[in-house]
Amino acid sequence: MKRVFISCDMASVALGADAVARAFVGAGCEVVRTGSRGLFSIEPLVEIETEAGRIGYGPVAPCEVEAVLDGTHRNYIGAVDEHRFFAAQKRFTFARCGIVDPLSLADYAAHRGWIGLDTARAAEPQAVVDAIRASGLRGRGGAGFPTGIKWQTVLDAPCRTKYIVCNADEGDSGTFADRMLMEGDPFCLIEGMAIAAHAVGASRGFIYIRSEYPFGIDAMRAAIELSADRVAPFELEVRVGAGAYVCGEETALLDSIEGRRGQVRAKPPLPALAGLFGKPTVINNVLSLAAVPFILSEGAQAYADVGFGRSRGTMPVQLAGNVKHGGLFEVGFGITLGELVNDIGGGTASGRPVRAVQVGGPLGAYFPPSMFDLPFDYEAFTAAGGLIGHAGITIFDDSVDMAQMARFAMEFCAAESCGKCTPCRIGSTRGVEIVDRIIAARESEPARPTANNGVLGKALYSRAPDRIDVSPSAQTTLLRDLCDTMKYGSLCALGGFTPYPVLSALDHFPEDFGAPAPALEAAE
Amino acid sequence: MGFTRETDHGTLPALATGANVTLTIDGEHVTLPEGTSIMRAASLTGTAIPKLCASDNLESFGSCRLCLVEVEGRNGYPASCTTPIAEGMVVRTQTERLKELRRGVMELYISDHPLDCLTCAANGDCELQNQAGAVGLRDVRYGYDGATNMGQPKDQSNPYFDFDPSKCIVCSRCVRACDEVQGTFALTIEGLGFGSKVAASQDDAFLASECVSCGACVQACPTASLIEKKVVETGTPDRSVITTCAYCGVGCTFRAEMRGEELVRMVPWKDGKANHGHSCVKGRFAWGYAQHKERILHPMIRTSITEPWREVSWDEAIVHTASEFRRIQEKYGRLAVGGITSSRCTNEETFLVQKLVRQGFGNNNVDTCARVCHSPTGYGLKTTFGTSAGTQDFDSVMQSDVILVIGANPTDAHPVFGSRMKQRLRQGAKLIVIDPRRTDLVRSPHVEAEHHLPLRPGTNVAMLTAMAHVIVTEELYDEAFIRERCDWDEFQDWADFVSEAARSPEAIEPLTGVRAEDVRGAARLYATGGNGAIYYGLGVTEHSQGSSTVMAIANLAMATGNIGREGVGVNPLRGQNNVQGACDMGSFPHEFSGYRHVSDDATRAMFEAAWGVKLDHEPGLRIPNMLDAATDGTFKALFIQGEDILQSDPNTHHVAAGLAAMECVVVQDLFLNETANYAHVFLPGSTFLEKDGTFTNAERRIQRVRKVMAPLNGQADWEIVQLVANAMGLGWSYSHPSEIMDEIAALTPTFAGVHYDRLDAEGSLQWPANDAAPGGTPTMHIDGFARGKGKFIVTDYIPTDEKTGPRFPLLLTTGRILSHYNVGAQTRRTANTAWHPEDRLEIHPADAENRGIKDGDWVGLKSRAGETTLRAQITERVAPGVVYTTFHHPDTQANVITTDYSDWATNCPEYKVTAVQVGLSNGPSDWQEDYADHARQSRRIAPLEAAE
Repeated sequence: MKRVFISCDMASVALGADAVARAFVGAGCEVVRTGSRGLFSIEPLVEIETEAGRIGYGPVAPCEVEAVLDGTHRNYIGAVDEHRFFAAQKRFTFARCGIVDPLSLADYAAHRGWIGLDTARAAEPQAVVDAIRASGLRGRGGAGFPTGIKWQTVLDAPCRTKYIVCNADEGDSGTFADRMLMEGDPFCLIEGMAIAAHAVGASRGFIYIRSEYPFGIDAMRAAIELSADRVAPFELEVRVGAGAYVCGEETALLDSIEGRRGQVRAKPPLPALAGLFGKPTVINNVLSLAAVPFILSEGAQAYADVGFGRSRGTMPVQLAGNVKHGGLFEVGFGITLGELVNDIGGGTASGRPVRAVQVGGPLGAYFPPSMFDLPFDYEAFTAAGGLIGHAGITIFDDSVDMAQMARFAMEFCAAESCGKCTPCRIGSTRGVEIVDRIIAARESEPARPTANNGVLGKALYSRAPDRIDVSPSAQTTLLRDLCDTMKYGSLCALGGFTPYPVLSALDHFPEDFGAPAPALEAAE
Repeated sequence: MGFTRETDHGTLPALATGANVTLTIDGEHVTLPEGTSIMRAASLTGTAIPKLCASDNLESFGSCRLCLVEVEGRNGYPASCTTPIAEGMVVRTQTERLKELRRGVMELYISDHPLDCLTCAANGDCELQNQAGAVGLRDVRYGYDGATNMGQPKDQSNPYFDFDPSKCIVCSRCVRACDEVQGTFALTIEGLGFGSKVAASQDDAFLASECVSCGACVQACPTASLIEKKVVETGTPDRSVITTCAYCGVGCTFRAEMRGEELVRMVPWKDGKANHGHSCVKGRFAWGYAQHKERILHPMIRTSITEPWREVSWDEAIVHTASEFRRIQEKYGRLAVGGITSSRCTNEETFLVQKLVRQGFGNNNVDTCARVCHSPTGYGLKTTFGTSAGTQDFDSVMQSDVILVIGANPTDAHPVFGSRMKQRLRQGAKLIVIDPRRTDLVRSPHVEAEHHLPLRPGTNVAMLTAMAHVIVTEELYDEAFIRERCDWDEFQDWADFVSEAARSPEAIEPLTGVRAEDVRGAARLYATGGNGAIYYGLGVTEHSQGSSTVMAIANLAMATGNIGREGVGVNPLRGQNNVQGACDMGSFPHEFSGYRHVSDDATRAMFEAAWGVKLDHEPGLRIPNMLDAATDGTFKALFIQGEDILQSDPNTHHVAAGLAAMECVVVQDLFLNETANYAHVFLPGSTFLEKDGTFTNAERRIQRVRKVMAPLNGQADWEIVQLVANAMGLGWSYSHPSEIMDEIAALTPTFAGVHYDRLDAEGSLQWPANDAAPGGTPTMHIDGFARGKGKFIVTDYIPTDEKTGPRFPLLLTTGRILSHYNVGAQTRRTANTAWHPEDRLEIHPADAENRGIKDGDWVGLKSRAGETTLRAQITERVAPGVVYTTFHHPDTQANVITTDYSDWATNCPEYKVTAVQVGLSNGPSDWQEDYADHARQSRRIAPLEAAE
């Protein structure tokens, strides 16, 4: 009986993987459902076990079983491991994803699972924290804070009750790495959390998963049950979000787990000292925790050897939007933005020229192709006025209206604002209104003259709705001032980072805001 | 005193760790306790950082983003309210960059705020307005054609304040005040982002919500979004006077904020030691009775209680009163007259009434309403500890680990202290509630009792002795404490007594109806859970074994070493604003001020020297004895200051008969109360707003009452008593209450250090305040009991004679509700009736179903003493077999039902246990109809004919 591997990842299922799997079962094959390898242009991908390794075909339709089994299918890929998209990766975190049965403890153990946990438990907590520090691992949720320092703070906190919280509220548009890992290799996350628990002295953990990830929730719950004995006395529990983006902010997430309205807390106190239920808490992103087993099993140095500058190890980059080869690509830091978009992603799916890419989700900056030599590195992106965030890259072709994208950024912030701090609560709505005025002015020139003349005019100016200066230049100034207020005044990253997409759109694409286009090849 | 806003330092004080840090704020070196916020540090050193969401009675929140500052070496602009100071920190609060950011934030605020400042009720008293000025906002470039939260309908349902969401800036101060200060959790922020708005309960109208109208949200609101209706009507105040609330024994201090002679609002005073800036619906809002149209402002007399009243001049009324008392004493003897002091009046007024009786009437026939509430406290604590008062201050509860509440319902009856207790419970202290009813404390948001022991009314002594049984037999007592502080032999006698098997929780389970295991659990928790504090109320004292119960409580505290330090103690929650003071001032027939017996020659000699008369060494009559003597024909005249014994004392028929048998009943009160229906002279009283004096609260704290307006009736109460005294030839010459206090201090060792100049300077003093305790005494019995060794008393349980049987199968117990105060003379004349327009009978669904009673039905309530009718409220708050009602409304006359049984030691009536039957009814009882008729007749007034 032939062993066939087909993904059960939500994206693959959306592309028809379930029907394909049923067809292979019907044809008498033993079908193993795995996570996804991460290249969605070839999903549903069918892998046939052979003596020469796993041979892939994709995409495959349910009616094409015969062609696959007799090796004549037109989408023959060959040895999947050798496919250019996969071979070019450094799969530290996603080593097992797409290969193993996500809920098979035997598979997990056979693929170097639990070695990290056993190594950690054989060591003193401080030694584990030291290893994480030595690896250079930084928070993969977006902030890039050194994970080892965070753990050290929790380890040093004098309190008997501590918690490990995993942030799996992956809300950024164009990101899916957390979901893929939870669906494709849930034990990896559990192992990472168990290591963290040992390192800081915690006995309970929570995984906060957004409700939009039903497969991930099911997989994590099943995996927690299956591995309960293996990670005992550490106990884990899944908590499901209720649809609020802001609950991906760590303190709002803690409030949500506690059963409160998900609202951002002021810091200090840091969650590391007073987090969940007021206790010292490690709160890390899925990708940070899932990188931990590798660091323990293969050594901190093996992880730190890869990378660029102060950004060490690998990053599971997610290519999405208008892209030819969308998917997950785990690679060491330092690869350039252009390589990712053009070489790996293959440019746009529409075939039109790339005009902009947004890196780091809806709060990330837009970059024009002129900046594609930017290396993937926390510091380099910060210097360029952007952020890596959760490493989602969304690609746009030349039909994009960047004023509309700036509007979307404000609209997104308005829709997701928790309403606690004023810059975000009111500013995001005002931001939408300003961009609307700019778009209206752009499309109906000339702009109305202002009534700001003379004493009376000035007196009326601040009161009368129709007397504010709606010219694109005045509104653009106001938009920049608003972004300044939001960036430096907001309580959390939602309001604080919304200016990134807005300002980058303004800076790099002024022509979409009714201003002259920047001179080509102008020095940055 | 002019009108000044209190300084708000923005954040709570740091928890004391003893460590200080030094930092630089705007170039100035500052040293303050670690944990202090930058905002508070700046404020304490005179720099006001702009703020809107911060307030120094709330946890810092960090939402308004106006208080951003620069800290050298740190990225960005941290909020000064949420950032603690650190050693060597260099902070700048005023830079060009900060101005820009603050102005940017303010521009956003104002882009969603109506610009009706000139016609806004908060104009001139608005933090948003002030801060907009402070940050120099001159322009709102967003225009006003965008999205807005303006134009939403106002919620005017609450009788005292309006909620206008259009003016809300969503700072959450109201929500946080409701959560953190009041502990009711009635408010929330509903919606998200720009649509976030304050909502009461599930977006209900305020009146229909869980809101208890404490006013904390109104006080917290920085705009006119939540604002007193009275401010809307009147305008903002222009002066303020600090004074003390005249409702319950918590003794909240308030700023009476005035516009000229008109009271605009009462705002709880932040520096008040009893309330720390918090209030309840009564003190905060229910003062409208002071101007109520039914208030009597002219003296009145009549020769018989069937005649209408005749308004007379003060001269005529006073001369008439004095001559009647002299006439009656000449005819019936020196002992045929007496007086009742008021727990509602000031210490000084109370002192004068008892002085009038002892010096002027020449007997000791003086008593006070404490007779019917906390007289067992006086007896029980004096016997065991040596002092007739609670042992702690209110702040002590914040150090408690286990709180045991018996027969008290602080969230209704002592709401400001109840809120404080809930703060401590939310911090993790454990709670035990012993009460037949499931009071709010048993389970309410974020508070849940570890043990609720819902005992049958009347079994307190059995219950407390069973707890002692557990503590002794399981050896959980504090032997070292007992050996050092108490009489060991007495302890052993007591231990032997409580250890008997008949007193075990298992043995008394059939009596109390409480599972033995729960009793054991509660006893273990109290004995071993750390600092254990007991708080109790009238559910302890108003029983035939009230004094025994108080002593049983004292035994528990001594046995576990829970006396003599912060966080522990035995704490009676005293009912009236000045019931402690009235007792202190010598209102009892057997005691002079300071609880010294009239038979004590030295004490009597001291008073005789001061007052220049011979004083009676025999104790006088208690209130029930006076009434008995009246019906016997030997007691003929009574001077009653500020008490409505007809409504408040038990067995109304008997009280009425006693009053009717007298020849001269003088009532000095604000209103024609129920007792006045039997009076011959009515002397109009003054409210607490109209006079100077002092009240003493439940924690023995003496606080100033200050005159904020002239008495409408023309005289303060102390002046009226002085007029009567002088008409009787006593020659008093007090020109101010401070002189009365000087006399009290001179004659009362525990008050020796109490003088108005000190009270004004220090805010308050807790007695004893004398040479031995110059700063007063927050916690008593620290180095030893006042009586020497603590005395254990054997408390044998003796069931009350008031028993259920086939005719009267249910037990009635009575109590109070948040919105009303005792007989309701004041609160019924305010809009508080919106919450509780009538007394209702709480009855368990099973008992109701057996009788075919539906919620809201009229039911007859009948006991051996009498019958009344009221409407039923079906609830599981009461256990099967127990019914409950309040006694706030004279139409109900709950005390028609209550009996003559009383405490064996003090005659405190057994209000809390009456065997009753309940059945459907068509309407008022005969008594209610007859009484209503009599009251109507009796309240007729013939106006004064001559021009005044």
